[in-house]
Formats: sequence, structure tokens, C-alpha cells
Amino acid sequence: MALMNRTMTILLSLISLLALCSILPSSLAFASGSSDGYTINGRVKIPGFSLEGSGLEAKASDVKVILNSGQQVTFLRPDGYFSFHNVPAGTHLIEVSTIGYFFSPVRVDVSARNPGKVQAALTENRRSLSELALEPLRDEQYYEMREPFSVMSLVKSPMGLMVGFMLVVMFLMPKLVENMDPEEIRKAQEEMRSQGVPSLSSLLPGAQRSN
Amino acid sequence: HQQYIGKVKKAVFQTQKAGRKRVVVSTEENAIAALDLRHGEIFWRLILGVNDAIDEIDIALGKYVVTLSSGGSVLRAWNLPDGQMIWESFLLGSKPSRSLLLTPTNFGANKDNVILVYSNGCLHAVSSIDGDILWKKDLAQNGMDVQHLVHPEESDTIYTLGIGDTQFEAYVISVRNGEVLKHSNMEFPGGFSGDLLLPTSDKAVVLDSSGSTLVSISFVGGEIKFQKFQISDLQGYSGVAVLLPSKLAGMVAVKIDRSLLFAKVKAEGTLEVVDTVPGVEAVSDSLTFADGQTAFGLIQQDGGKIQLTVKSSNDWKSHFLKESIEVDQQRGLVHKIFINNYVRTDRTYGFRALIVMEDHSLLLLQQGAVVWNREDALASIIDVTTSELPVQKDGVSVAKVEHNLFEWLKGHLLKLKATLMIATPDDVAAVLQIRLQSAEKSKMTRDHNGFRKLLIVLTRAGKLFALHTGDGRIVWSRLLTTFRKSGTCESPRGLKLYQWQVPHHHALDENPSVLVVGTCGHNSDASGILSFVDAYKGEELNYLAPTRSIAQVIPLPFTDSTEQRLHLIIDAEGYGHLYPRTPEAVDIFQKELGNIYWYSVDINNNLLKGHVVKKNCKEEIADDGYCFESSDLWSVVFPSDSEKIIATSTRILSEVVHTQAKVNADQDVLYKYISKNVLFLATVTPKAMGNIGSVTPDDSWLYVYLVDTITGRVLLRMSHHGCQGPVHAVFSENWVVYHYFNLRAHRYEMSVVEIYDQSRADNKDVLKLVLGKHNLSAPVSSYARPEVMTKSQSYFFSHSVKAVAVTSTAKGITSKQLLIGTIGDQVLALDKRFLDPRRTLNPTQAEKEEGIIPLTDTLPIMPQAYVTHALKVEGLRSIITIPAKLESTTLVFAHGVDLFFTRLAPSKTYDSLTDDFNYALLLLTIVALVIAIFVTWIWSEKKELQEKWR
Repeated sequence: MALMNRTMTILLSLISLLALCSILPSSLAFASGSSDGYTINGRVKIPGFSLEGSGLEAKASDVKVILNSGQQVTFLRPDGYFSFHNVPAGTHLIEVSTIGYFFSPVRVDVSARNPGKVQAALTENRRSLSELALEPLRDEQYYEMREPFSVMSLVKSPMGLMVGFMLVVMFLMPKLVENMDPEEIRKAQEEMRSQGVPSLSSLLPGAQRSN
Repeated sequence: HQQYIGKVKKAVFQTQKAGRKRVVVSTEENAIAALDLRHGEIFWRLILGVNDAIDEIDIALGKYVVTLSSGGSVLRAWNLPDGQMIWESFLLGSKPSRSLLLTPTNFGANKDNVILVYSNGCLHAVSSIDGDILWKKDLAQNGMDVQHLVHPEESDTIYTLGIGDTQFEAYVISVRNGEVLKHSNMEFPGGFSGDLLLPTSDKAVVLDSSGSTLVSISFVGGEIKFQKFQISDLQGYSGVAVLLPSKLAGMVAVKIDRSLLFAKVKAEGTLEVVDTVPGVEAVSDSLTFADGQTAFGLIQQDGGKIQLTVKSSNDWKSHFLKESIEVDQQRGLVHKIFINNYVRTDRTYGFRALIVMEDHSLLLLQQGAVVWNREDALASIIDVTTSELPVQKDGVSVAKVEHNLFEWLKGHLLKLKATLMIATPDDVAAVLQIRLQSAEKSKMTRDHNGFRKLLIVLTRAGKLFALHTGDGRIVWSRLLTTFRKSGTCESPRGLKLYQWQVPHHHALDENPSVLVVGTCGHNSDASGILSFVDAYKGEELNYLAPTRSIAQVIPLPFTDSTEQRLHLIIDAEGYGHLYPRTPEAVDIFQKELGNIYWYSVDINNNLLKGHVVKKNCKEEIADDGYCFESSDLWSVVFPSDSEKIIATSTRILSEVVHTQAKVNADQDVLYKYISKNVLFLATVTPKAMGNIGSVTPDDSWLYVYLVDTITGRVLLRMSHHGCQGPVHAVFSENWVVYHYFNLRAHRYEMSVVEIYDQSRADNKDVLKLVLGKHNLSAPVSSYARPEVMTKSQSYFFSHSVKAVAVTSTAKGITSKQLLIGTIGDQVLALDKRFLDPRRTLNPTQAEKEEGIIPLTDTLPIMPQAYVTHALKVEGLRSIITIPAKLESTTLVFAHGVDLFFTRLAPSKTYDSLTDDFNYALLLLTIVALVIAIFVTWIWSEKKELQEKWR
């Protein structure tokens, strides 16, 4: 945040050098009256935003500011400021659209009675803004993170479970059987033999044991 | 995802500096784009607002692109390398006028940064460094139409030239402070017509009101002198002369009939005819390049052959270039040409020409060939339909597909190499190429899952494209002859696409075809155009133009023996015309006469009307037997002082509903009210018609209606106080979801309404079922008036919406998702479960089991739910969903300036394995299991033997 503030001040000084004048006064949101309508000025602040458009994630040129769902569309200046001209008095809605960030729409009241006064409020959480500086509510991650390859995911898959179960049967069962009373096993085996069904599972423990 | 820009209006080249050569264009889709001159790719592109049409574009200081838009009131400068906006200024004026932009290159010392803009009756001087308005001069007092700003070289003054009805005016204005140094005007007795042309910096040429005399006007130093020149004296003169608005150095071009007359303006102000050239389609502005030479390009066209001539304007006899280029016939005529020069390696000058064709495509011609082309008609899609691909024929063996055995072997060897990681980069590229060619998804045959289809799109240019859903390539394209400008059809424009013939069972040998409907004009009684196009080959099979006017097209649920669908076309007078025009179709139709209903919405008169087809037309109207008369059944009149219709929505006809019953958690059954004939209609109070902010919440009401279109019965009327449009609605199964603006909360809201059939609700009584007193077997009739019950709920939604659609699947079993095109040009998939009127704050355990989500006041926006992910569909207009054969999957096509296509599975792909399913692991497991079985088997055998021996 501190870094951003510094870049902002640098930029501001740069701008004052260039004498961008009239549009950048001390108050960031103001409306100036004229014959047809008012002007809404504001700015968009995105933390960690590459203002020079180095093309990392989003460029300032990809940010659109939209008044009343498409009545007017404008873009950001390199310093993040925007303005709408010729706006009639009343209540308006400003939306910021950019890839990768979620902005709350902003309710802006342009009053006809005392020109020069603009009230702004975020509609998402009803927080009112002292200045028309819009910040994203949250970043947007469009892709689900792909889970990194791990042995666990392999084991958790149905095939992994099958293999695991097989291994359990092959290696753990004999161990379990070993701990059992040999007398009982013999009894069980005898039972099996008498039934005459030499099944694989019943034979296995016996075979293991004799080792 | 494909990116387009639209039909190019103006182009400016930027090739002086070393580095990447580019051309900056402004288009009819309000886009500004920088294109690579080598390949035609987009470097950057910006889409301005809908009301922000670009008037002028230029390059200032060699690094900024300056655009004048919104009727000359907004001037913006963009950074040339990356499209970043540098400054923006707003120019106020007193009255609307034409907009002119002048970026002088040399104003002497340290003055070379002024941009002069004439717009809205005022002349502004704007600093090109920061967009400051240096001075402003109102010139609109005396009804003069300013047409040119002239800056004579090496001076501090500019001339502002304009013409009134009968007079010519010139202002000499100082660039320093906007002071009027001299103002002179002069009457011209004949009066002027058309535009003023400026061949040289001190002489203007204009046509007089009779259209037969050229007047050259000299205005040096504010002294005005007229000189007349009769064109009617020339031999071979006939018809009306029109001055071409191309800026040619020292010359004017007059279009007479089909040929073009070039006249040179001499120093003393006289005109001299140089040449007449026949068959010229387009003339470029002249281009000044090194050592003061000027040249311009002109295009002559003969069918698919384009002849490009670049002539020197100083010396008519010589020309720099004369090339003949073959261009696809399907591109139509050349509309615009922009030329640019470059220095060849042998220090001579070469020329390249950017041409805009009738079908909105953009071509770059250089050295007698088309270097690249862009199909920018796809930026303005009007309607979309789909067509199945042909069935794969049996008996096509692998060897036939792969050209021969050797190639086949080679391909496999390459693949083997790639898998063994010993392939060279060349080999890898070759493998990729082969894989792409034979890729499953880009084949030209029907696939098992129904993912591969042809998207047939109709564009504003009247060109029809077939896009492959696999990789988005253009399979065929056709500029429909009936949609080209002609004497009988002034401004043709496409309206809709219908599936005309979908071969199914007994007409499999026929290719499917589509019906293209259009009109010739903008008013409702303009004559219509019908065109039938083969969906596989793109050939125009048949056309009917001009026909009677087209007010509505109703695809009927009947097909004839060749699977041609019957369409009833309603004209402006309310007569229905049956197509196809065969006796068989009439026979089918006659049987259903009296059962064909339709409705019409008259927005201007706030009227909703229901109609029925009654009998054949009277003899005097049409005696062909295909015309049918209709009569009004019912009408709903909305009081125009309190309600205005703003939106309507109906179910998509082809939608499939799986089940009518909905079982609740408590074993209760709700019967959905499913009727194809329900219309959703929204009205607002007239005050709320304007934009957001123009009305107070108390004056604004939004009413929604559900109307049965057969009987005219209003099923539901609901009002939302303090709400206004725009309303976007989608109707599916038994529910409607609509999006509107709530002025009180100052947020967007979405509401859902579900309709249930109450007349069937008592059927769940078992006793009645046993006694046979139920009405389940009663026939469903559109005339019946069943009791209905509606449930509704509203939620906040953060974004503005551009389009709403709903997913559609083959059998309607899969749960639905809403596809919302947001203001940020993204497509959001929202589960219908979030819009369920039965949501409560604390759902009971049973309701939770049923999948009811606890009620929240806002609809959640999960970034992962964006179908478009990190892409944007710039200028989004519409979203279309097409069911695939696989029940779980639906195909989504979103179009605006960009195109976007994807597959969606609203409830995950439950009926097929995912693409990343690990077949190797499955195989490995099976092999391991088999080995284990054998090992243990041998083992057990051994042990058994041992046991026996013991």
C-alpha cells in the first residue's frame, strides 16, 4: 500500500509538471455545472496495478467505466482518473468493468440545487464514499487451481483404492491371521476343506502361515 | 474465442518510424483498433460506448491517436503503441453540426501541438499534449455549414470555409488566440448543392444546385472569386453529376452515371477535364510522400477481378502502379480504399492499399496480391442457427483418409518420436499439424456426442457464414445476392434465420437448408426477402424477392414429405402466406386451419393481440391459394398514460421439458404449468422510460404480466414499486427470470416467477386415483383455463445485464443454469437453484436434502462461474444455447463484436468421462490386478500341492 501511495505521489507530481490542470483539483469528486449538465470526476485505484501498462495482468486501457449501464462509457487516464461529462442531475450508477477484479457499482447523486456536490455510495455494502475513488472489492480468479500431483490423489482415486485394498488383502491379512490362534485357523481351514470350496481367499492365509 | 472489429470507416497508417508497421482504424462498431500491417492481427482494440460513434480519427505528434466521437463532443487521445488513453476533453457547442478534425503538422516554431476541431457549431483549438482547450470560437450564428478547415503551410492562420444555401463564407482565424482576422462572404446566385471540396489549399470546388455546373472558388486572403464550369457541355454526359468526397490533390472527381470524370484545378482557378475512367468503384484520398509527390489510388472492378491503379496527381499520364488482383467473388464490391506508401529496397516507392469490401471484410493489397484479410462482418451478427454435420459414411478406411500408407506410417513414426522425446522441433511442429488436421473436434462429420455442428450466422452485411464449432473456422461464406443493394431494394437488411429443412428420417440424402428472412427497408410495409441456402455447401438454392412485407414469421410444427418445415409469414396487413409453395404444404395446412394462432405486440399503441388463421384470402388480394386470412381473437390494451410495454419473452419453441411434476421434500407433488403459449410481458410507467436517475422512485412502477397467447387470459399481474427497466427476461419450462433496476435500493434486482398448475394438484389423493376420479387422463387443451398458482422471489444482483439466456439440453433432465451477459462483457453461469422461490432463510432438513439453498438477499457471483473465464466478448449482444446429443452438455455461443463458443455441463458431465480421465492409470490398475490374480493363483496352487503332500 505504501508503495502504491508513493507511485501515486510521483505520478501526481509528474502530472502537475505536465500541467494537466483543471481536471485534477484537491477534491477528487466534484461536479461542475454547465448549461447542459454536470461533470462527474473520479478515479479508480487498483492496488499493485501496473500503471505503465507493462502488461502483467490488467492494463489501465482494459478498464472501462460505465455510467448507467452503457449510457456513457469512458476509459482511464494513465493516472487512473476518469470523468463523465454532460451528466444530468439525479441519481446515477457507475460501474467499473475490468478483467480480474470485482468492483461494486457506485451510486452517485448529482444534486441540482447545490452544484458542485456529489455524493457517492457503494451499492454492495452501502458504504458511502467521501471521494469518488473506486477500489476493487476483491480479486477474481477465473480458473480453479489445478491440484498439484500428489501420491494422495492417486491413492484416493477409485483405482488407487482398488490397488490399496488388494495390497491390504495380500499383505496385511496374513499378518492379522498370524496373530490369531493357530488352533482356530486350523479349525477354519478344516471347515473350508470339508465344504470343499478351495477359494482363493481362504487358501491364502494358510499358505502365508506355513511360510 | 475470436476477435473482430467491424466495418472500417476510416483508416490512418503509421509507417514512418522504424518498428512495427501498423494501421489504426475506426469502425462502425465504435471500435478503435491498431492492426499489424504484416498479418492483420489486432495490436490493441477499444470498443467505445454504444452512443459514442467515432466521427474522425487521426494521428497527432506521431505518437497519439486522436479520435473525435459522440457527434464531435468528445475528443480523446490514445497512446499509439498500447491504446492507453492519454487525455480526454469534452467540447461543448451550441448546435449540432458536422464534425471536423484537423491536426496540422507544422505551425512554425513550438506551435506544432494544436489540434483544431470544429463541432457543434464551434471551433476549438486543443493542445495535443494534454487535451486543454486553448480557445473556442462560436461560428454558428448565421446558419453557415462549415465544411473545411484549411491550414495554409507556414502560416499562423487557418481558413474556415463553409457554405450556406446560396452563399460562400470564409473566416480567417489566427491559430494563436482564435481571433477572427477577416470574415468575407459572397452570394452565389445559383445556389449550392452537396459538399464542398478542397483540391488545393486555396481553392474550393462545389456543385451548383442544378447539378450541372461546377463552381471553383478561390479564397486567397479572404478574397472570394467564383468561376463556373459547365459539365453538361461535355460529350457523353447524362444523368446527375455527384462530386466524390475524396480529397485529391489539385483535382476533383465527379461521378457521372457509372464513369468518373477527373478534372484538374489550375492555378488561375479554371477547371480542365483530364480523363474519364469507367467502372470506378472507389477512390482513395491522395497521399503526399517524399519530395512533394502526391498520389491516389482508384479501384476498378470486374467480377472477381480488382484493378488497382495508383496515379500521380501531378502528372495524369503516368501511374505508379497498375495491378490486377483476384479477389473472392463472395466479397462483393469495393466500398473504400486507403493507400499508403513504403520504400522498396531499391529506393523506389511501393504502395499498399487497404480496401473495405461490401461484405465488411478488410483486405490489404500489396505487390499484386492479397496479403491478409479479415472477415469483420462477423462483428455484426444478426441471427444464429445451427445445422448438423453430415453423417460419416461407412466404408471410408483409414488408408483412404490418410493419403497413402507411407504418409500414414510417417505420421505414426513422428508420433512415436514425439512420445520418446527424441523429436526435433520441426518434427514436433509436424506432429502438431497432423494432430490438428485429424483432431477429433475439427472433423467435418457428425460426432456421437453432438458437439460438432455448423453455426450458421447471418451478418449485417448480408453475408452468411458457416462456422465449425470445433475450432471456429469458417467452413463457407456467401454474400447473398438478394441482400445486395439493388434498384428494387434500397437498403436490404437481414432479420432472422430459420431452419428450413432438417433431414431426419426419409429425406436423409438431402442437405439441410436454412431460410433467411430480410426486408428491403426500415418501415414495416417494406417488401420482404426470402432466401433458401444449403447449409453444407452454402449455395443459394432459391430466393423470393421482393415479396410482400414481413411482419412476423411463424415456423409451424408441420413438415412435408421432404422434411421442409412449413412457415407462415404474416405481412403488415395481417394476411398469412404459406411457404413452401407446394400443394402438399397447403393440404397439410388446410387440415390444421383454425388451429393456428399467433399473437402480435404493438409497442407503439400498447396493444397485445391474439390472432387465428381462418380461411383462404379473397380473390382480389391473392389468388394463388397460399394466402390465408386471419381474424383477431382477443386483445389486451394497456393504458398508455400509465403503462408502456418495454420487454416481452416467450419460451424457445424447441425446448424440451423432462417432467411435469416436481416432488417436494415432504413427498408433495407440484405440477408445473407447462404451456408453449405463455408470454411474459413487462411494462413501466411512461416516466420510467428514461435512463437511471431521471425519475424518482415514487413515480416509477414496473408491472409484469404472464399472458396466455391462445385465450388472451392474464395468468399473473405483479407490480414492483420504484423499479424501472431495462428489463431482460428469460422464459423456460414453467418459470421466468427477469432483471430490472430497483430505484429505491439503487441496485439491480432479479426476480423469478414459477407457475404451477393447481387443477392437477388434487390428483395426489390415492383414493381418488383408485376410484378413477382423477383428471390425469383428461386431454391437455390450450383452451382450458386451469387454476394456476404462482410463486415468486426477488434478489439483488450486482451487475448490469446485456443479455440473459438459459442452458438447454437434449432431454431437459439436466438442471438449468442461467447465462447472464454482464456489462463487463463476460458470461456468468448462475445455477437456477439460486433463483428458486422456495428458498427460505432457514431451510428445514428435508428442504436442505432437496437442495434448497438458504435465502440470501444477493445472488452470489463466483469468479469461477464465469463461462468466459478471463476472456471478454466485447460488445456482447446475445447468448445462444444449443443442446448437444449428450444429455449433460449444452453448447453456448455468445456473440457481439467478438465471438465465443464453449461447452457447458450444468450438472457436471455425469454421463461421460472427463477429458482428463486417466486411461493409463485405469489400464495400469487392470494389468496390476490381473498379474496379482495370476501370482496369487499360482501361489495358492503351490501351497495346495504342499498341503496335499504333507
